[in-house]
Order: sequence, then C-alpha cells, then structure tokens
Amino acid sequence: MMNTPPRSGVIREINGPIVTILLPGLRNGEQVEIGRLGLVGEVIALDGEEAIVQAYESTEGLRPEEPVAGLGWPLSVELGPGLLGGIFDGIQRPLEKIFLQAGDHIPRGLNLPSLDRERSWHFVPDPKLQIGAELTTGMRLGTVQETNTIEHRILVPPNRFGSLLELAPEGEYQLEQPIGRVRTPDGRTRKLKLFHRWPVRIPRPYRSRDHGSAPLITGQRILDTFFPLMKGSKGAVPGPFGAGKTMVQQQIARWSNADIVIYVGCGERGNELVDVLESFPKLQDPYTGRDLMERTLLVANTSNMPVVAREASIYVGLTLAEYYRDQGYDVLMLADSTSRWAEALREVSGRLGQMPVEEGYPAYLASRLAAVYERAGRVETGGCGKGSVTLVGAVSPPGGDFSEPVTAHTKEIIQTFWALSKDLADARHYPAVDWVGSFSEHVHTAAEWWHREVDASWEKWRGEALALLARDAELSRIVNLVGSEALSSAQRWELEGAALIKEGLLQQSALDPVDTFASPEKQFLLLNLMLTIYHKGAELIELGVPVQELMELPLLTRARRAKQVYNSQQTDKLRELLVEILGEFEQVRLEYAKFEEHAR
Amino acid sequence: MSAKEYRTVASARGGLLLVKQVPRVAFGDRVMIRDHRGRQRNGQVIRSSRSEALIQVFEGTDDLDLETTWVRFMDQPLEISLSPELLGRVFNGIGEPRDNRPPIVSNVRRNVSGSAINPAARTYPREFIQTGISTIDGLNALVRGQKLPIFSGSGLPHNRITAQIVRQARLMDEESGFSVVFAALGVSHSDARFFEEDFASSGVLGNVVMFINLADDPPVERLALPRVALTAAEYLAFDLDRHVLVVMTDMTNYAEALREVSTAKGDVPSRKGYPGYLYSDLAEIYERSGRIRDRHGSITLMPVVTMPSDDITHPIPDLTGYITEGQIVLSRELHNQGVYPPIHILPSLSRLMKDGIGKDDTREDHPRVASQLYALYARAQEARNLASIIGADELSERDRRYLEFADAFDLQFVTQGEDEDRSIIETLNLAWELLSHFPNDALSRVSETDIAKYHHSGKK
Repeated sequence: MMNTPPRSGVIREINGPIVTILLPGLRNGEQVEIGRLGLVGEVIALDGEEAIVQAYESTEGLRPEEPVAGLGWPLSVELGPGLLGGIFDGIQRPLEKIFLQAGDHIPRGLNLPSLDRERSWHFVPDPKLQIGAELTTGMRLGTVQETNTIEHRILVPPNRFGSLLELAPEGEYQLEQPIGRVRTPDGRTRKLKLFHRWPVRIPRPYRSRDHGSAPLITGQRILDTFFPLMKGSKGAVPGPFGAGKTMVQQQIARWSNADIVIYVGCGERGNELVDVLESFPKLQDPYTGRDLMERTLLVANTSNMPVVAREASIYVGLTLAEYYRDQGYDVLMLADSTSRWAEALREVSGRLGQMPVEEGYPAYLASRLAAVYERAGRVETGGCGKGSVTLVGAVSPPGGDFSEPVTAHTKEIIQTFWALSKDLADARHYPAVDWVGSFSEHVHTAAEWWHREVDASWEKWRGEALALLARDAELSRIVNLVGSEALSSAQRWELEGAALIKEGLLQQSALDPVDTFASPEKQFLLLNLMLTIYHKGAELIELGVPVQELMELPLLTRARRAKQVYNSQQTDKLRELLVEILGEFEQVRLEYAKFEEHAR
Repeated sequence: MSAKEYRTVASARGGLLLVKQVPRVAFGDRVMIRDHRGRQRNGQVIRSSRSEALIQVFEGTDDLDLETTWVRFMDQPLEISLSPELLGRVFNGIGEPRDNRPPIVSNVRRNVSGSAINPAARTYPREFIQTGISTIDGLNALVRGQKLPIFSGSGLPHNRITAQIVRQARLMDEESGFSVVFAALGVSHSDARFFEEDFASSGVLGNVVMFINLADDPPVERLALPRVALTAAEYLAFDLDRHVLVVMTDMTNYAEALREVSTAKGDVPSRKGYPGYLYSDLAEIYERSGRIRDRHGSITLMPVVTMPSDDITHPIPDLTGYITEGQIVLSRELHNQGVYPPIHILPSLSRLMKDGIGKDDTREDHPRVASQLYALYARAQEARNLASIIGADELSERDRRYLEFADAFDLQFVTQGEDEDRSIIETLNLAWELLSHFPNDALSRVSETDIAKYHHSGKK
C-alpha cells in the first residue's frame, strides 16, 4: 500500500462525475477527497500535473479552485467480523448506519467506518499457535463467532507475515484493540487486529488453484438437473427485462448450499434490495435451519446512486467474497447486473472522450470483464483449507439481443449459461430458463457427484429429457403449421411427454412454499417420474392403445402436481406415487388386452 | 446571488451557451440569461472549469446573439418553492406558474435534483391499489409506491386509460383517493386540454398539480420538468403524508430532448444516438418513487412511454423496462379490433403484484387465478395462430375450446367501459366465469380448493 503524506491541490474542471484536478504526484487508483464537502473519488488517469478523478458521489455544487487532497491509498475495504447481515453501498459505506444518522436520503461527504468500532467480539486464539511461530499470509490467528452459523476466522493479513511476538488471550475485543503483535521481515513490530484493509482492485492471494468438485445446489430444478454450476466456477443469467433475472438470482441466494452469499445489487432497483432485506430474515436456510440473513451480505448501488460507485461495487463484492473464501468457506457472489457495471465503464470512458468500439463501449470491456470473472475459483487458502468463490452475473442485454457486446463477451468467459427467454416468461413459465439456449460445461463433472450422491442413472435420464424437449421443439413447428391432427400417435405422445417435463419438472414456483426448493433427490425422483410415464405410455401406444385414452388418464394431472404436493423430505411419497402410477399403466394394459381379445 | 452579469458568451447553439472568463461557478447552479430584447431565460451549469462554463438554456438558444446576451450566475442550485398551495395549480417545466396566478411563496425550497433514497430507508411496497381495470387489477396489479409504466404507441388510447386510472384508483380499505402530480412532456395542446377537462369534470382538479411543457414549448425545459414534478411529489408525500400518484406523459419526448442536448454537447452516443447515460438518467427519475420506512405517504409513478414504431426493444422502452417494476403494454391489434382498454396481457407484467394480492389483500385465489389465465391465454394464442393458417374449422376440439376462451377473454375480461369501475371481486368472479369454460383437470395452476369453491361446475 502507498503511504505518503496527504498532498493538496485544486479542482480545474467539473464534468458530471468526472473532475479534473491539479495535483502532481498522485498515483493511478489513489483515493482523493474532493472539494469542501470532501466527496470521495478515485484517480483514473494522469496527465502531466493534472489528474482525472471519478467521483463516487454527485458533484453538484462543486466549483473550480475548491481544494482536493490525495489520501495515499487505493479504494480499499475493511475486512473483519460484523460484515454479515449488513447492507453496504458501492464503496462499502454502512447504509443502515447512514440511515440512522442521516435519514431517508444519502447525504454527500459522509464517511462512516464500514465496520462497527464500538462492538466487542469474543475472540478465541488458535490453540496451536505458539509465540515465535512463523506466520504466513492467510494463517488462522483465532476465531470469532460472527453470527450463529458463521465462525469468523481471523487471518494473518497479506502484508503482516513474520514471527509472532504476542497473541491476546481469549476475551472480548473491539476492532481497534490489538489482538497480537508480529515482527515482519523488515524488522518492524506491527500490531494485529480483528480486521484489516485490502485494496479492492487487487485479487487476494491464495496458495494454489484447485478444481471444483461439487456442484452448487440451488434447489432449482432446471439449474441443478439440467445446467449444473460447480462451486468455484462462473455462470451468467442473461435475459431481457421481465424474464425473471432478479427472481432467479434471489432464488439462488435463498436456497443454494453456499456457506456465504454476497448479493451485489449493481445499478438495479432499490425495492429489490429491500425485498431481500425484509424477506431473508423470515426465511430459513434449508441446510442449517437458521435465519438466511445470517449468511448473507448485501452491496447496494441502486440505479439512481452515483454511476462511478456502481463500477466499484462489483470489486467491493468480490473482495468481500475472497475474504470469506480465505477463511475456508464456499462463497457465492451474485452480481445483478454486470451490464450496469459495463455501462458505468462506458459512461466514464465516454466522458473521457475515449474512442468507443462496439455500441459505445470502450475497447477494454472484454479484458475487464474477463478479469472480473477470473476472480471466481476454488483455491487452496493460506491456512484454512479449501475455499471457493462462485460468481453468477446477471446480464441485461438491450432489447434482449444476446449478440450485444456484454452478453457476447460474457459468454466467452463463463462456464454455465442460463439464458432466459421472453416467450417463456410471457406464458408465465418460470423460471424462464430456455433449455435450448442454455449450456453448462460441467455436466460430466457434476455427473460424478450426482451418481455418487443421488442415482447412477442421472446423466442418462438428463440427456433423455433434453432429447425429448428437442424433439418437442421440432414437432411443435409442424403443429403450428398444420395442427396436431397431422401427427402420429407416437409423436403426439412425445408432445405430451415434453409437456409433462415442462409443467411437472421445469416450471417451479418461487412463491409456493413447497415448490420453491427441491433437494437433489426430489429433483431426480420427479425427472424419473415424468420419463417413466412417458416410456410406459409409449409402450402402450406401441401396443395400439389410442393416445387420446392415455391423455385423459387422471394420473397425468397427479404427476404434474406432485412437485407442489410433496416436499423434499417426502421422497418416499414420491416413490410410492411412482409405484402407484406404474400400477395404473399395468391396469390400462390389461384392460386393453382384454378388449383386444373381445374384438378378436 | 451575484448581481454581476457577464457578457462573455463565446458560443450559442443547440440549447447550449458557452460563457468565457467566468468566476468559479458551481456545477449544477442556476443561471439567468437576458437576451437583446431584455427577456429572461433560465439555465443550468452543466460543465464548469476555471475559465469557462457550459450552460444548458431551458428556453433554448434561438434568437440569442453573442454580443448582447447577458448571463448572471445565481449561486444556487435549481430549486422550487413548495407549499400545500401547490395543489390545483399549473406550472411550467421549471416550476414557474402557467395559470396567470402568482408564484408560490414559501420558505420551503428544495433542490430539484433530489438525492438518492437510501435503500436501507425504503420499505417494500405491498398495498394493493384498485384501478377498476380488470387486466391491471386481476393480472398486473399495481401497488402503492410502485413504478409501473404504460408502453403505448402513437394513436393508442393511453391518455384515456391514464385518465381512467387517475379517476378510479383507490385503496381497498380507504375512501380517500390520491393526490395527483401530472407531468406533461411535449404533449399536444389538445392532449393537455383533454386531461385538464377530465380532471375538472371528475372533480379531482383541486387535488392535482400540473407541470406542463407543450409540444411547441422549448425541448430543453423537458430535462428539468420530471425532476421539478417529482420534487413536488416528494413534498406532498413525505412532508404532507399524502399518497401521490405521479403521471408522466410522454417519457419518449424526455429522452428525445436528452439526446438533443447530449448531441450538442458532443457526448459519445451509444444506441440510436442516445447517450450512454440514458439508463442512469431515467433511473434518477423513476427511482424517486417508493415507500419510506416510518413515513405515511408514498409515491406511485405511472410514466407513459410511446414506443417509436411500436418497437418494444427501442432504447427508451427497453431501458425503462429494466428500471421500472413491470410494464402495461398496449396493443395496436386489440385497439384495431375495437377493444378498450387494449391492454395486451402477455408482455405486460407487474413485479410487485406477488406481495400485494392474495388472502389478506384481495382474495385467496387471486395469484393462482392470474397464473392460470396467463397459461391459458398463452396457449390460446398458439391456437389462434394455427387457426389463421388452417382455418378454425380444422382445429381439434381442444384447440377450438382455447380459441373460444381467447375470444371470450378479449370481449368480456379485457373489454370494459371508460367509466366502468370493476371491483377486484367482480374481476375475479369474471375470471372464474371464463375458467369455467374448461373442465377441472385442464386447470393445473389453480388448487383443488379453488375449483371446489369457485369453478362453476363445482358450484352448480
């Protein structure tokens, strides 16, 4: 980090969020305090004695010649206990505290510390640590119970390694109270505290990269069963407005089996964040049974908040995610929406008069986007075993056109693509994940897990269901031209089979208390149920049973409703239903055989 | 306020003035301009440096010269005066009276740019508003504090629909209606008169504040108008505890004005020549609606967006849809068939509906009925398409039933009179009449209890 005394200069020009200042000796990325109000900004370009600064707050009322000061450090976040359950703005200011102090609107120039300095935490030193031990980056110093579910591991900060001189005994400590001292290799003695700072644009160090081994279970059938995402990998949810991007992201935030969820509302609606803030504390984590908010952290830059802080919010979220990863947790970060982040880049580059390439976006869009997504990954941490950051970005393509630059570049980087379709959403088929346009590169890796944990035929059934859906798309084209009468009985049954998969498996109501989450086992049983019905029916049609008769069987409606009737614990009931349905088919077969005999 | 006037205008074009050798003027400050005939214009600083300031002139730069144009920097941001006297008044885009009555005198003055509501200060909107229109209440319900635009096209009856909503909107359990802030951006004289007469004849005029910029008024003023109108709305809602309905028509004209000025400024264009910050700019406006913790009042926003060439992917409706909490889409096809209100339900959506309806708000079957109607109508569109190719006679019995349902839906459920104020219970009962065209087992989205209670086969 840079440690130079503050220097001061003056404002030259104000052009929206871009301020030109006269102050030599700054570094790119350095934080600057602008004007009498003390607005926060960041140096983005240097030109002779002048520096170009982007301001994180509205610049209205600023005048040329007002003072500016360089602060000597880059945009950094505070990392320590007290983050979870909170809501922060795009540069990690605590919004709840700002509300208590300043009222309904966010005032300018208000700089409150991100973490509460008054609060005491019960620190338990790591019993294995001896005085004189060699500390390395990321080693565990001790723990603090941050929330009921999450044990916060206090780590050796990346710039504080050396030999341990002193470690505080178990007890209550505030953030500013030292919990130990270390002699760093340069011979200096430095204090250790419960928190440290880290610059957001620099990825946090780790020992080595590791491959993902388990899928992230989201409880959403179309995602887990059809397009799995591994822990530590990266995915995207593109979709036009109204296709349900936010709903999909919120469902993942609610029901996924990550240890920590970081939800970054980047340039989106204020009410959506309020929805999370108000609803999560009332919901239970299906894995631990605890209040969901205990593992959740929100970073909010709503669409009406300053655009430059929007660009920063993604990095703030990523740094927080990496910090919990370094404690050995599986962290999920949701970024809604990366398009707004890209637009913030575009806005700033436009104001700087940089040459636009595609649709006004700067030439560095693709490389920045790739660098953001590359911060996801599963790693061997410095001292807490393996941890991961899974990154899921929403993309909001203008006009729903997936060939636009942000979607196109994102598609090249990510491994799982959940494409949302306007047509499905219009028919209120939710989640509107389009099985034709979506993909996952991890089906084989995920299959190992499914085969081990759930059922060895998972990959085969999954493939079969997708093939049936593909045939359905083909046949539907014919039906739309000439009507269903033109199809053979077997083809009409194929359409019915695909309809069963769509309605009984893919459609999942986020509002229905039973249907909103499905365990992997329930997902598999439903898949099995729908395909078994399809196979049995196809056999009967082969024997000559009229398709009309099959389509009127009441068991079809029961199968369609099964997802809402049986919850994830009632898998035995689903198995019973399968047996019962097999029996009904057998009944039909026998009746038909009898009827045939009569006819002869 | 500085008394000094500057006569150092270096350029005047496209609604922008560049003034040289000026003192350190603050970004966003208000400016008074006097032209060669002594008439006053208003402006705002949009770029400021040590030697010069760029000013956007709300009345435009027509008929200005460089020699005899005087500029005075007012040393204050663009503000308006606020008092309960606002109601019943008519103003222009920067808050000056348009009704030949004196300006508002008050010591409450607010900066029109506002500042962002802290997300932690918001509370989630969940109180159902009954508009009396079935397609909205039943399928795309509006809640208090929501921003729900109407996506229309030129020649479609969006004015009549908005006027009907203004007349009929109310909460289920409250008698008192809404205070209305009406913001007209570049509308024609006849449209403005239509609204004025409609408000007058329905007796709500005393509860309406109007901010009007007509089609032949200067376009730059349209950039300030929504902000001025929302500043008034915030005052009514959060100072005077009223429930405010803000109607803005037509946001397309606002975006056009923004493009005009940004082009003159030399901003890098993104899609269709609109500036890259169109999204943020629209969001600054739309996000000022909502509910705030521990405040009684609320701002519900209904902007009207006419889609150029009926294209919903055009940047203006597209970006609006990404910011607002849903959209009500009007259809030219329905309009041409004589259906009023021609609301096309498939692309319409209300994101906040889920928490405003159901057992404690409207009726327990409401969410499932809405979902079922959507599913059937979407399926029925396929049958319609098929019928247009192979003819209705060739359809299977199943498809014919869908076709009949769609026709009945358009005629009975969508269609209603301009003065027809349907209660939500009437709307839901009407929905069940239509659902009863189908046997029980074709209705997989409603529950068995719903069917037993409301399906006509179950009743009779």
